[in-house]
Amino acid sequence: MATENNTLILKAPWVFPTVSPVALWLVALVAAWAVLGQLYADSIRLLLLWVPHLAKGLQMNILTSVLAIGIGTVLGLLVGALELSQARWINTPARWYVQVFRNAPLLVLIFFTTYVFPFEIKIGSIYLPFPDWIKATIGLALPASAHIAEILRGAVQSIPTPQWEASASLAFSRSQTLRWIILPQCVKRVLPPWMNLYAMITMSTTLASLVGVTELLESAKNASNTVNRTDFTILVYLAILTLFFAYCYPITRLTRRLEKKFSFH
Amino acid sequence: MPHTETHHERPTLVQLRDVHLSFGSNKVLKGVDLNVRQGDAVSIIGPSGSGKSTILRCINGLLAPERGEIVVGNTPVHALKTEADRIALRKRIGFVFQQYNLFPHLSVLENIVIAPTRILGTDRQTAEREARELLARVRLSDKADAYPGQLSGGQQQRVAIARALAMHPELVLFDEVTSALDPETVGEVLAVIRELVQDGLTCILVTHEMRFAEEVSHEIVFTEGGEIVEHGTPQTIFHAPRNPRTHGFINALRN
Ligand SMILES: Nc1ncnc2c1ncn2[C@@H]1O[C@H](COP(=O)(O)OP(=O)(O)O)[C@@H](O)[C@H]1O
Ligand SMILES: [Mg+2]
Repeated sequence: MATENNTLILKAPWVFPTVSPVALWLVALVAAWAVLGQLYADSIRLLLLWVPHLAKGLQMNILTSVLAIGIGTVLGLLVGALELSQARWINTPARWYVQVFRNAPLLVLIFFTTYVFPFEIKIGSIYLPFPDWIKATIGLALPASAHIAEILRGAVQSIPTPQWEASASLAFSRSQTLRWIILPQCVKRVLPPWMNLYAMITMSTTLASLVGVTELLESAKNASNTVNRTDFTILVYLAILTLFFAYCYPITRLTRRLEKKFSFH
Repeated sequence: MPHTETHHERPTLVQLRDVHLSFGSNKVLKGVDLNVRQGDAVSIIGPSGSGKSTILRCINGLLAPERGEIVVGNTPVHALKTEADRIALRKRIGFVFQQYNLFPHLSVLENIVIAPTRILGTDRQTAEREARELLARVRLSDKADAYPGQLSGGQQQRVAIARALAMHPELVLFDEVTSALDPETVGEVLAVIRELVQDGLTCILVTHEMRFAEEVSHEIVFTEGGEIVEHGTPQTIFHAPRNPRTHGFINALRN
């Protein structure tokens, strides 16, 4: 191993060890905190005072992302199942659904769901409030469901046809084959892209601030407007980047590990 | 053991009459006739692409012929319209594939019990006991808890045979089941099939193992270009073929 590396370096001194972008991010964040911490020590103290406010914002991002992936998954599996149907009148609408929501700009969808739904829903004589953050969640969940339907379809189609033939030869029906043979083999193929999607959704939750949802980005804006100091503003946004990184990085890492683990079988 | 006195008295189990099938413009079967008696082992030999696998797939209803009749027992396979009818047929017919096609996410034991329990409704205990008996029969008793990915090709193929037998089929179709195997594991799979034939299981074997086919078969069928060129006893086909094309094929293999 060591000698291999040495010969490689000897032969090609210009080859640097490859650094993952994540590691670069980590280094950049740490360096930024180190430098800014020296420069604006008192602003950092100020930032600590705002932490509870920012944490409340982050809560909203996490809630929105979890709900969006939840709704998106249920809806996506349903649409994916329809897409896999052999009846054209079922799979064609499902395919259209996927195409429409996969190719719509996320922000437009969030604006759309915010304005298309009423601010309250009347069930019988009860008026239920329909807050903006739920509308934004739906705006995130729709494209998520389209992606999940696609992930499911791709996974099902990646299972070799002989598995279908072997099942049919054992007198399985199509739906039994799907349930007992195909889908169980899909779980491990679906998990990594599903987690990737969750990380993407989490980062997209900041878009909800644009329709007035008080999430992390909005809280940060409040903080920076209130304090109204450039150095503080920089620190606040750095804090947001750090928080998102801290939340999404472990997910990305776990996804990688799962991908590696599953690639052997 | 082939050619016992009762051989000619046994009833016909599989009958193909003038079966035609094409994939697009590619005419793959051009009028195939075939007769298999109960308890017979019939081997189909012939060059690659001559339609051997297609014949097997027609028999268990994976493919539907455009013309002609296929009858298994009393079932007119060519006339089956619904999935339920084809499922009823496939409960009676085992299929063993060249590439084993085991279910990789299930252990060896689960591969064998899944169809009897889920499809036939056999209770778990009975199914498991039978599965273990079958594993003993294919000499893999110690592999019940292994996963297909941990087994050699020959072992996987023997599991696939056990999986087919677990449904108590009256007919088993073998499609070049030793073609993907390392030479050293071919023998163990052939030994299992030999025993099945001796036990009187009706088998249709597509194979390139000529010596084995000659040894175990009651009848040999030679196909070429989607037609049955010649059929007859192993003695006739391998040592005194009437058709020059059969002669050519056998000779080419000998050298
Ligand atoms: N699913 C399919 N779609 C299109 N062509 C096929 C299909 N299966 C088989 N064929 C064609 O049918 C012919 C006979 O195939 P097959 O029955 O597999 O031959 P054999 O088993 O004798 O090698 C070949 O030309 C093959 O390319
Ligand atoms: Mg073949």
